[in-house]
Amino acid sequence: MTNVSIIGLGQTDVSEKWETSLRHLAWYAVEAAIDDAATSKIDAIYVGNMLAGELSGQRHLGALVADFSGMRGIEAVTVEAAQASGAAAVRQAVIAVSSGLIETALVVGVEKSSDTTGSALTTAHALSLDADYETIQGLTMEAAQALMMRRYMHEYGVEVSDFAGFSVNAHANGALNPLAMYRNRLRAERFAAAPVVADPVSLFDAAPGGDGAAAIIVTRSERAEDMVPKPVHIAGSAIATDSLSLSDRKNPLFLRASAESARKAMAQAGVTHADIDLFELHDSTTIMAALSLEAAGFAAPGEGWMLARDGEIARDGSIPISTFGGLKARGNPAGATGVYQIVEVARQLRGQAFDNQIDGVTVGMTQNIGGSGATAVTHVLKV
Amino acid sequence: MNENDPIMRPDRPVGIVGYGAYVPRYRIAAESISQMWTMGAGGTPVKEKSVNSLDEDVATMSIEAARNAMNRAQIDPQELRAVWVGSESHPYAVKPTSTIVAEAIGAVPNTQAADWEFACKAGTEAMQAAIGLVGSGMGKYALAIGMDTAQGRPGDALEYTAAAGGAAILIGPAAESAVIINGSYSFVTDTPDFWRREHAMYPSHGDRFTGEPAYFKHVLGAAEVMMEAMNMTAADYDWAVFHQPNVKFPSRAGQMLGFSAEQMKPGLLAGVIGNTYSGSSIIGLTGILDVAQPGDRILMVSYGSGAGSDAFDLSVTDKIDDIRNRAPGVQQYIARRKEIDYATYTRYRGKIKMS
Amino acid sequence: MEVSRHWRLQKQRYQLVGETCDNCGVKLFPPRDVCLECEAPAYELFTFAGTGEVYSFTTVYDAPAGFEGMAPYMMAMVKLDEGPIVTAQLTDVWPGDVEIGTRVEMVTRKLRTDGDEGMIVYGYKFRPMLEAIA
Repeated sequence: MTNVSIIGLGQTDVSEKWETSLRHLAWYAVEAAIDDAATSKIDAIYVGNMLAGELSGQRHLGALVADFSGMRGIEAVTVEAAQASGAAAVRQAVIAVSSGLIETALVVGVEKSSDTTGSALTTAHALSLDADYETIQGLTMEAAQALMMRRYMHEYGVEVSDFAGFSVNAHANGALNPLAMYRNRLRAERFAAAPVVADPVSLFDAAPGGDGAAAIIVTRSERAEDMVPKPVHIAGSAIATDSLSLSDRKNPLFLRASAESARKAMAQAGVTHADIDLFELHDSTTIMAALSLEAAGFAAPGEGWMLARDGEIARDGSIPISTFGGLKARGNPAGATGVYQIVEVARQLRGQAFDNQIDGVTVGMTQNIGGSGATAVTHVLKV
Repeated sequence: MNENDPIMRPDRPVGIVGYGAYVPRYRIAAESISQMWTMGAGGTPVKEKSVNSLDEDVATMSIEAARNAMNRAQIDPQELRAVWVGSESHPYAVKPTSTIVAEAIGAVPNTQAADWEFACKAGTEAMQAAIGLVGSGMGKYALAIGMDTAQGRPGDALEYTAAAGGAAILIGPAAESAVIINGSYSFVTDTPDFWRREHAMYPSHGDRFTGEPAYFKHVLGAAEVMMEAMNMTAADYDWAVFHQPNVKFPSRAGQMLGFSAEQMKPGLLAGVIGNTYSGSSIIGLTGILDVAQPGDRILMVSYGSGAGSDAFDLSVTDKIDDIRNRAPGVQQYIARRKEIDYATYTRYRGKIKMS
Repeated sequence: MEVSRHWRLQKQRYQLVGETCDNCGVKLFPPRDVCLECEAPAYELFTFAGTGEVYSFTTVYDAPAGFEGMAPYMMAMVKLDEGPIVTAQLTDVWPGDVEIGTRVEMVTRKLRTDGDEGMIVYGYKFRPMLEAIA
């Protein structure tokens, strides 16, 4: 159990925000979190971002966000761990507050994807892969996941249509979430016929990129109790890594970082799988959802997809995932995604999930993955 | 050395210790080109021609041919003293293809490397230089490659034949050779039958002028001098191969010299792969070496516009049987064909303007 | 394009030069100087034969910058006969030519070109064994 709690939440919807700049996007989430926490006394800002340099020609987001959030002068840095940047930034805030050096920290995950489009955007996302041995060959994020999916189908005798349940569930939940990028429901029978991105990964497997920002404010748990009616405790927080290249893994279908970070975070929190009421996992594609469920210990190897088939991942199932739409329907604003996951679990725990609410939740887990699995950040939240 | 003898004979006997062919996988039927430009009314000089893939160029194709030659010879690449690539379609205008090939086969750094150009005879030119290098004792082995990804202007007669492919010939001491080089001869004049100016994408040519005063004058001239100097008649050779811009020219040249269709058959590949330019005569030679028997005698005559012909008189040794199956034969490459349509061909050959 | 970065990797790219671990004998590609198995130093160079089989494959339709001209193209994880897996493009193949387990061999091809005037990067790709096609 860490001694860090969340006292403020903020998020924008995820969409293509043609009229909103990177700095404004961050500010909207920060403003919402400050309003929610009813405090603007922040000691440090941790910005989670993956691609502002490539997509918007802007780095140095720590100073940028501090400046444009009216907090010029305070300590602020950017944390980068590819698509896991958002949760990695949360992890740094937890460490900072736990150490006692920082009393109250603001984390904002922000990604302004739509400033760049087309193949340049595909190239930018592939920066999380191995430049010398993967991207020089033309590998993309979707292609890396397609390689995993094909092998999975081969080893476990699974069909493309067996993955449909993940996307159907994500869209069913996204349809209820006004902040989701896609609010249409998806019909399972159309899944296998979707346009292909990187065979067998289709448009209905792969999460859409989008612009978005989400923010949380954390402080020491004993202070939190006095500041807000229902603080959310960060019971576990862990980052683990694996080989950068998919091909360097002894078993490319085992997300070692995912397993290791989940194991550590759950041990810190003192929870077992049965205690976890929901799991916001990194469903950048359906195969990642299946592999994450397996790595985190909710399913045996080769059986993650069955939880989708059997409805166990639904909001009334045994292990609800993507409860606000997940990456697939809420949208995947890269470096901001990990913060969205934490905001969403915190809302569930506070009972503020509106139409997406799951009854009686007290423990939730998030997991944010960078690259093809080289970084995984797991958090366990409790009320 | 007889100073009046036009035949080039090295001081030390040399031969071919390894050879390797390369033909890309893709083919376009001449009929498809004819449909495009003449609604099928024009004749076709070949059945089909080879087309390189999007990721192939003279460097990559030379590397594969060179690897085949090295695999056949089974020598240490560090013993190579020259890696020479003859082509009219080097990927860089300035920067050698040969250093890329030398690096890829592990021949660097103790080697000569250079690119050669003489229209379609750049490959045999490199061979003659390799014979000189090894024959003089300056080096033990030298690799000569003729390779092209030839371009013909859309709709032009050349478009039916301008193809991709070639071969690598590894020259070494005669004692280690599968083929002894009895002599070679070059016959050149200033004959502007075909050219490509700097920065031009497609070559220009003299149309019918490329025939009698160009191809036939030089090919026949080189062959006749060689045969006379060697005291050989057509019947004394087992095989003959001539530069093959189409099927008709080499067939007629061979016929005029007294060769039968049977003698030319294994080396006459233009009908199914087209004109591979710098690679044309030597890839034909590899076709012959794939079937030749110890003791066989071979005449090879190249032709390069501009113009000139190199003739080679060759004798096969019993080592041919040892090396032949250590690498794919040219017919294996020909057999892995995949036919593409005209639209795909224009894409693969960079004829679609992208920017 | 980063000329020196690509030049530096030529040995790996042109000839599949990796390393072998003196301690446990494991073969490494790409070379990383530390054994993946036993974590002992591994500096001894080892040239792979370039043959292996398809472990998994995909066809990329949505290509990154610099690869648009080649799309759609196939990519594979190739399990080399000596052990390691390499991620590379498959070439001279059309969808349907390849399955998991298909025997492949290394060839040297153009990986990408930096426009009409920039450098050409060459490196390994794989294709079905020539004998298998013919």
